[in-house]
Amino acid sequence: MNRMENFKNGLIKDNPVFGLYLGLCSTLAITTSLNNAIGMGTAVIVVLILSNVIISAIRKIVPDDIRIPVYIVIIATLVSIIQMVIEAFAPALNTSLGVFIPLIVVNCIILGRAEAFASKNGVLDSALDGLGMGLGYLLAVLAMSFIRELLSSGGLVLTNPFNTEQVWMNLSLIPEEFRISLFSSPLGAFMTFAFLAAALTAYKSHAAKKAAAKTKEAK
Amino acid sequence: MFAELATLLITSVLLNNAVLNQFLGLCPFMGVSRKKSSALGMGIAVCFVIIAAGLVTYALYYFVLVPLHLEYMELVSFILVVASLVQLTEMFIKKTSPSLYKSLGVYLPLITTNCVVLNVCLINISNNYDIAHMLVYTIGTPLGFALVLYIFSTIRERLDAANVPTSFIGNPVALIVAGLMAMAFSGLAGII
Repeated sequence: MNRMENFKNGLIKDNPVFGLYLGLCSTLAITTSLNNAIGMGTAVIVVLILSNVIISAIRKIVPDDIRIPVYIVIIATLVSIIQMVIEAFAPALNTSLGVFIPLIVVNCIILGRAEAFASKNGVLDSALDGLGMGLGYLLAVLAMSFIRELLSSGGLVLTNPFNTEQVWMNLSLIPEEFRISLFSSPLGAFMTFAFLAAALTAYKSHAAKKAAAKTKEAK
Repeated sequence: MFAELATLLITSVLLNNAVLNQFLGLCPFMGVSRKKSSALGMGIAVCFVIIAAGLVTYALYYFVLVPLHLEYMELVSFILVVASLVQLTEMFIKKTSPSLYKSLGVYLPLITTNCVVLNVCLINISNNYDIAHMLVYTIGTPLGFALVLYIFSTIRERLDAANVPTSFIGNPVALIVAGLMAMAFSGLAGII
């Protein structure tokens, strides 16, 4: 039960992006389209699960003093592999994400989970934690890119990352004169993020108030 | 040649600012901008780390990795260089200015995971910069970062006294300020 609880926390309550403000850079930069968000989110999930599993497996062998460099080398190796895979099989995704794929190495979520969770817990728990936090990241970038792409281009486009000619979904919802191109600019990114983070804070304080009222009634 | 380098310098400091246009280094940008003094200290430390890391990784790539055909080790070797340089900076600051060391706290070792540092090293290579361009870009980018970090910290000190809706207190309102700064900086596009 505790495991399930851990897993759920990563999704909403302790969402790594909106709750803990980790991995902001890539969240703001790549959320101009849904395609980018899905690609980046998947890459982060894969790296996060693998790095958590490896680090948790070797946690008893690594000396405490040099653990951070060891973690970074493991993560960098994993990211190099992912980068080569994306370059080979999804070249379009590689061009649109650009330098942000190698920069997964310095995504605070991954090193943060390695240090805070994987270095103290077993392999299975760490894998689940990686999946939960990774899905939390994916959820955050999906929410951001959904709002930004919808408002700036008026529609949503989904294409097969391995074959860009195959379009899965192409919706056009907002007529041209009502589109707000500002949302694809840096200002739009910061604004969308600020409002979503404020919404999460409001939701959390509302839930806390409700819980407090309930315990009062019970008394 | 000179005009081109000057353009690159202005672009890397102002127009294509690391924080506001490329969204790099947001963690320290949000984390250490509460006080002017720590923002300034952080800016200088980041400048030092980036300039040193940019030079070392450039030399490492062209004198070691390319002759040995180990280009695919780029990411792993670069991050090791950055991590060791940050360790050195940390030891240096701890010795020379204990008060600054305290105020930077956990954000000092976290310069390793500051995306600006790794980004500069990687862009120097992937854009095939020659030595002059590399130097200008490596110096310009951290200057832009330090400048924006300092401006942001001065605004944030005033923000503490402002009356903000409860859910926006703290980071959300700071992000809105950052967005407005980004809009102001995009207005500078006319200088070139």
